[in-house]
Amino acid sequence: MHNALFHISKRRELPWYSAWGIRGAAIVLALVVCAIVTALATGLNPLAVYGTMFQGAFGTTRRVWILLQNLAILLCISLAVTPAFKMRFWNIGAEGQVLIGGLATAACMILLGGKLPNGLLILIMLLAAVAAGAVWAMIPAIFKARWNTNETLFTLMMNYVATQLVAFFVIVWESPKGSGKIGIINQNTEAGWLPQLAGQKYLLNIVVVAVLTVAMYVYLNYTKHGYEISVVGESERTARYVGVKVGRVIIRTLCLSGAVCGIAGLLLVGGTDHTVTTSIADGRGFTAVMVSWLAKFNPIGMVFASFLIVFLGRGASEISTIYGLNHSFGDILTGIILFFIIGSEFFITYRLSFRKKEV
Amino acid sequence: MFDIVSFIPRAVMQGIPLLYGATGETLTEKSGNLNLGIPGIMYVGAISGVIGAFLYERGGNVQPFPAVAIPLLCCLFGSLLMGLLYCFLTVTLRANQNVTGLAMTTFGVGFGNFFGGSLIKLTGSDVPSIALSATSAYFSKSLPFADSLGAFGKIFLSYGFLAYLAVVIAFVAAWVLKKTRVGLHLRAVGENPATADAAGLNITRYKYAATCAGSMIAGLGGLYYVMDYASGVWSNNAFGDRGWLAIALVIFTIWRPNIAVPASFLFGGLYILYLFIPAGMSLSVKELYKMSPYVVTIIVLIIVSVRNKKENQPPESLGVAYFREER
Repeated sequence: MHNALFHISKRRELPWYSAWGIRGAAIVLALVVCAIVTALATGLNPLAVYGTMFQGAFGTTRRVWILLQNLAILLCISLAVTPAFKMRFWNIGAEGQVLIGGLATAACMILLGGKLPNGLLILIMLLAAVAAGAVWAMIPAIFKARWNTNETLFTLMMNYVATQLVAFFVIVWESPKGSGKIGIINQNTEAGWLPQLAGQKYLLNIVVVAVLTVAMYVYLNYTKHGYEISVVGESERTARYVGVKVGRVIIRTLCLSGAVCGIAGLLLVGGTDHTVTTSIADGRGFTAVMVSWLAKFNPIGMVFASFLIVFLGRGASEISTIYGLNHSFGDILTGIILFFIIGSEFFITYRLSFRKKEV
Repeated sequence: MFDIVSFIPRAVMQGIPLLYGATGETLTEKSGNLNLGIPGIMYVGAISGVIGAFLYERGGNVQPFPAVAIPLLCCLFGSLLMGLLYCFLTVTLRANQNVTGLAMTTFGVGFGNFFGGSLIKLTGSDVPSIALSATSAYFSKSLPFADSLGAFGKIFLSYGFLAYLAVVIAFVAAWVLKKTRVGLHLRAVGENPATADAAGLNITRYKYAATCAGSMIAGLGGLYYVMDYASGVWSNNAFGDRGWLAIALVIFTIWRPNIAVPASFLFGGLYILYLFIPAGMSLSVKELYKMSPYVVTIIVLIIVSVRNKKENQPPESLGVAYFREER
C-alpha cells in the first residue's frame, strides 16, 4: 500500500519563544545564504561582507541618522497598512496614499507659502496630507464595503493614478521651467518646512513615528475599534452576527490607514525632501506590506522588521558602491530574507509528522 | 492629423509584453493563485534571456538558430524557477500569496536591475553597455514581404515572431481554459479546491502546473520587450510598471485570454497615446493621458463587481491557500 512519507497537521498555538526561535533561525539561515551570494558576486569573504554592510549602515553619525530616517518612514507606512491587513483588507495602495499625501503637502507649501504664518501653514499642510491620504484609501474601501470590489487590485491601480497625478503637478509647478522637476520648495523662506528638533534634520520624523507606533499599538490592542478590526479579520460573518457594522468598520479603518500614509507623505515632503517627485515613496508602500506581515501585525515587531530591511538595504548599497555593482543588490538580499521568513511561517503554523518505518 | 498607420504598430508592440503577462497571470489566477510576482518574473525572464544572449554573443560567430534558442531557453528557465519558488512557498508551504508575490517582485526587479547593471563588470567585458544587436536582429526579423505591402504590411506583418507567438499562446490558453477537460479541472481548482479535491483532482499538481506555465509565458513578455521592442538594449527600469499593467489587463479582460489580445493592443495604445496627441498641448496633460489604462481598469473592476454577474467574477478561491485538513 502506498503511504505518504509524512503528513501535515496544524499546530496548537506555539509559545511565542518557539515561534520567534523558528523565525530567528530562518533569518540566520537567510543571512548565511545572503553572505554566500554576496561572496560569489564580489569575491569577498562572507564575514567581511557583513563587516562592510555594518560599516555602510552604522559607519558614521550621518549614516546612523539616515538609517534611522529610513527606518522611521518605512515603519510609518507599515503602521499605516497594518489596521487594514488585520481586517484582511489587502491595502497595497500605500505607495499611492503616501504620494498623494506628499502632493497635498507640496501643494500647500507652493500655493500658500509666504501668505500665512508658518505655524498655521504647517497645520493646514497636516490636515491636507491626512485628508488626501484618507480619501485615496477610502475610495477603494467604499467600493469594497458596498459592492465587494476586489481591494487588492483596486488599491494597486490607485498607486499609478496617484503617480501620474504627481507627474502632472510636477510639470505644472516645475521650477525652473523646463527642468521637469519642482526643485526645493520655498528654498529662501523655508515656509512650510517642518521645524528641526535639536538641530537634527531627521529627529522630528523619528519622534513623530515613535509616537505613532505606540499609538497604533494601543489602538489595535486596547480600544473598541481595534477589537472590531480583529473580529472582522477573523470572520466577517461572526462580526455581522455580533452586530458589528462591517462596511462602516472597513471604511473607517481604511480612512485611518490612508491618513497615516498621508502623514508619511507629509514627513517626507515637509520634513526632509522639501520637494515632491513621483518616487518619494520609493517602493516602500510595497515593502511595508511585507514588514507588517513579518511582524504579525504587531507594531513593536515592525520596528525590528523595518530595521532588518533598512539595514540590509543600506548595507548592500555600501557593498555595491565599493565594488562598483548595481545598487539593486539590496533588493536581491531583501528578497532572499523575505523568502526564508515567509517559508518559516509554515513550520510555525504546521507540524510535520514523519511516518514511522513499519517493521 | 492622427497617423493611424504608425500608431497601430506601436500600440501593438507596446501591447505584446502586456499580452504575455496577462495570459500568464490569467492561467495562474484560474488555479486560485494571485501571483503579484508577475512584474518580477517578467524582469527575471528578460534578464535571463539577456544573460544567455550576452554570453553567447561574446563567444562571437552568431548563428541564427542558437541566437534565438539560447535566450529563449534561458528566459523560460529563469521564469520557471520563479514560478516554482512561488508555488513552493504558497502551495507547499501555504504562505500568504500577496506577501510572497510582492517579495518576488522586489527580488525579481532587483535581480534584473542588478545583473543588467553589473553584467559587464561581473564578466569582465570591455563593452560600454549591453546592446545585443546581433541576437536582437533575429528576434525582430519581420516577414520578408512586409515592407512591400504598404499600410497592410505595416499594420499586420511588421512584427518579430514573438509577437505572433503571444497571440497564438493567448488563443490557445483561452481554448484550453474554455473547451478542454484540463481547463475545466483547472477552473474547478481555482473556484472551489475542496470540491475539486473531493472529485479526485490533484490540487497541488494543477496549481504548480498552471502557475509555472503562467510564469514562463509572462517571462516571454520580458524577453520580447528587451530583445524585440528595445532592440536588445538593456536599460535598468526601462520595463517600468508594465508588469502591473499586465495584472490590470487580467481584470480588464475579466479573466479571458482571447479578449486580452485586442485589449492588450488597446492598453498599448493608451500607454503611448500621449505621444500622438496634437502638438501644442502642454507636457503636463500628457502625464494625465498616461493615467488612462489604470483608470479604465478601475472602472471595469467597479462595473464587474457592481453588476455581480457570476461568469465575470474572479476565481472564487483567488488568493487563498488550500489545506485539505482545514475544511
